Amino acid sequence: MEMETETVNNVMCQFTDPEGTPLGAPLYLPQNAAPQQLQLIVNKLLNNEEKVPYAFYISNQELIVPLETYLQKNKVSVEKVLSIVYQPQAIFRIRPVNRCSATIAGHTEAVLSVSFSPDGRQLASGSGDTTVRIWDLSTQTPLFTCTGHKNWVLCIAWSPDGKHLVSGSKAGELLCWDPLTGKQLGNPLVGHKKWITGVAWEPLHLNAPCRRFVSASKDGDARIWDISLKKCVICLTGHQLAITCVKWGGDGIIYTGSQDCVIKMWETSQGKLIRELKGHGHWVNSLALSTEYVLRTGAFDHTGKSYSSPEEMKKVALERYNKMKGNGPERLVSGSDDFTMFLWEPSVSKHPKTRMTGHQQLVNHVYFSPDGQWLASASFDKSVKLWNGITGEFVAVFRGHVGPVYQISWSADSRLLLSGSKDSTLKVWDIRARKLKQDLPGHADEVYAVDWSPDGEKVASGGKDRVLKLWMG
Amino acid sequence: MPQGDYIELHRKRHGQRLDHEERKRKREAREVKKRSQRAQNTLGIKGKMIAKKNYAEKAQMRKTLAMHEESTSRRKVDDDVREGAIPAYLMDRDNTERAKLLSNSLKQKRKEKAGKWEVPLPKVRPVAEDEMFKVLRTGKRKTKQWKRMVTKATFVGPGFTRKPPKYERFIRPTGLRFTKAHVTHPELKCTFNLEIIGVKKNPNGPMYTSLGVMTKGTIIEVNVSELGLVTPAGKVVWGKYAQVTNNPENDGCINAVLLV
Repeated sequence: MEMETETVNNVMCQFTDPEGTPLGAPLYLPQNAAPQQLQLIVNKLLNNEEKVPYAFYISNQELIVPLETYLQKNKVSVEKVLSIVYQPQAIFRIRPVNRCSATIAGHTEAVLSVSFSPDGRQLASGSGDTTVRIWDLSTQTPLFTCTGHKNWVLCIAWSPDGKHLVSGSKAGELLCWDPLTGKQLGNPLVGHKKWITGVAWEPLHLNAPCRRFVSASKDGDARIWDISLKKCVICLTGHQLAITCVKWGGDGIIYTGSQDCVIKMWETSQGKLIRELKGHGHWVNSLALSTEYVLRTGAFDHTGKSYSSPEEMKKVALERYNKMKGNGPERLVSGSDDFTMFLWEPSVSKHPKTRMTGHQQLVNHVYFSPDGQWLASASFDKSVKLWNGITGEFVAVFRGHVGPVYQISWSADSRLLLSGSKDSTLKVWDIRARKLKQDLPGHADEVYAVDWSPDGEKVASGGKDRVLKLWMG
Repeated sequence: MPQGDYIELHRKRHGQRLDHEERKRKREAREVKKRSQRAQNTLGIKGKMIAKKNYAEKAQMRKTLAMHEESTSRRKVDDDVREGAIPAYLMDRDNTERAKLLSNSLKQKRKEKAGKWEVPLPKVRPVAEDEMFKVLRTGKRKTKQWKRMVTKATFVGPGFTRKPPKYERFIRPTGLRFTKAHVTHPELKCTFNLEIIGVKKNPNGPMYTSLGVMTKGTIIEVNVSELGLVTPAGKVVWGKYAQVTNNPENDGCINAVLLV
């Protein structure tokens, strides 16, 4: 008799990946299976050589307990097929930052942009004192001060191979720097009539030594530049108002979001307009691509390998890009002044996939997590919201800031999110627990720029108090 | 019928003189000569007045001309480096000027302990007791004189109820009670109407502080939550100190300056 009571009940389960494709046929699983056992099964089913950690979701709730307890708690019928979504997790883990390791003074005006190089070894910052500074991360001291701009340096961007640094200023000129010597490469690239709002490099897997980049300006034009020819190759005109954000997609398409409420897609060989994405009722403030992080880091990953030739880099970058993208198309999200965001699949349709509403103020910054599963949005309503990166469903809201949130940044393992705000603090949010992990006060004034280094070691932030702060775990 | 109206009526009936237009034109043409004649030959105060008037007219004309000139001429945009750099995403937003991070609660506390106030009004006129209070005579024969009425502006908390008359030594008249103050922020140079939280210190004595009397130079605490100031730790500041700069009992309002 006792034997009978111990028999384990089974439940019919169907594994699906986040996009909804089923994995194999439905299985009978014992109800006492916990996430660890499910992980083994999925690894087996996918024939993974290396064991990859997975997180499991049933109707958008993470499964932490064994199936049996879940079924009892949520009163799910055992007679139906239970659909379990598996999501691969990063095999490395990044420690949350919790202390300020250095406060480096040097800039004599507010720090407007901060950016780590793709390999995470160098750091550059642009400031209102018209200089770009490159910092030595090991000694935490200034390495080079790059002077040459005529006005505030508004944006900086590293090339995905880490060999060039481009900065754009309020006077509308762009300068290219060599990060190893801190010298200016060539003359200023002039052409824009008003200030630069964004710079994006061509992805590494499309063009091996990085040559081309696109810049967006307040004057409504985007220009593609070639750094070896040192001139403007193509001028993308068409927007009626200022372009606020520009991204260079992995398929070789340029996306521009503008204050005329339209997102335009451009082809890069001749600069033709491919498609217009309409829907927003007010300015488009920010764009994000699901593959953005992998495009930014190029061939560099968490292992810290270095590559000798550009061809090798290109190969690895393409590999990483394809792995990240999977089977689905590239997704684009746009945040706007009309308090909403749209999720697009621009290569499939010109209509939005979903509209994401919920913010009570304008959305200033949107960012996909490195694995593309999540999507975070920073808004002036003092909150950061987390959305499902594939379906665009609302997941969680992070409240805690007492001022508008300006910028956000993801850790490379997609488990932590960093936000910088007008209230002078940075906050680290735990994606899994969906709550505040660490509060990082220290700045004396508004935080304008934050960046989490791709190797996960450090966080850099800069703001109105003119200092650059480095944070460590 | 008033005299002038006959002319109107006549003109209506019979029209103008035939040479009216010409006479008018000639008169107007001669007017400038007449005026310059007058301006040149008038003496004394009259001359001065004419000179002043002509000068004002000329200056006005110059200004108008300059203004028209400005609207047509093209100028170079001033693109020199300005103070107060902001990132690209804030460029097109007209955000309001905001106070620097001023409140440092620790500093304020330390100051309070030391009892030293670096305040905008360091010295105040001492207010004597008989100016501050009015003696009320009580009792059936009005012989008792233990009751006092405060003659200055006061702040009483929201939950205050008066004591029974037998025990109420100090009366704070409702007409002189205040709950709001016009507080000027010295750096922002703008004034807000803020709620008073409490009276922190009346320089004339601790008794006045506890009574909530607000005279010139008194330190009051005001609710600044709508100003949106934050501490370095990112918490919203809601109470800050301010010093009264006017004589509220004379003016009927409280003006104060925020201590930063």
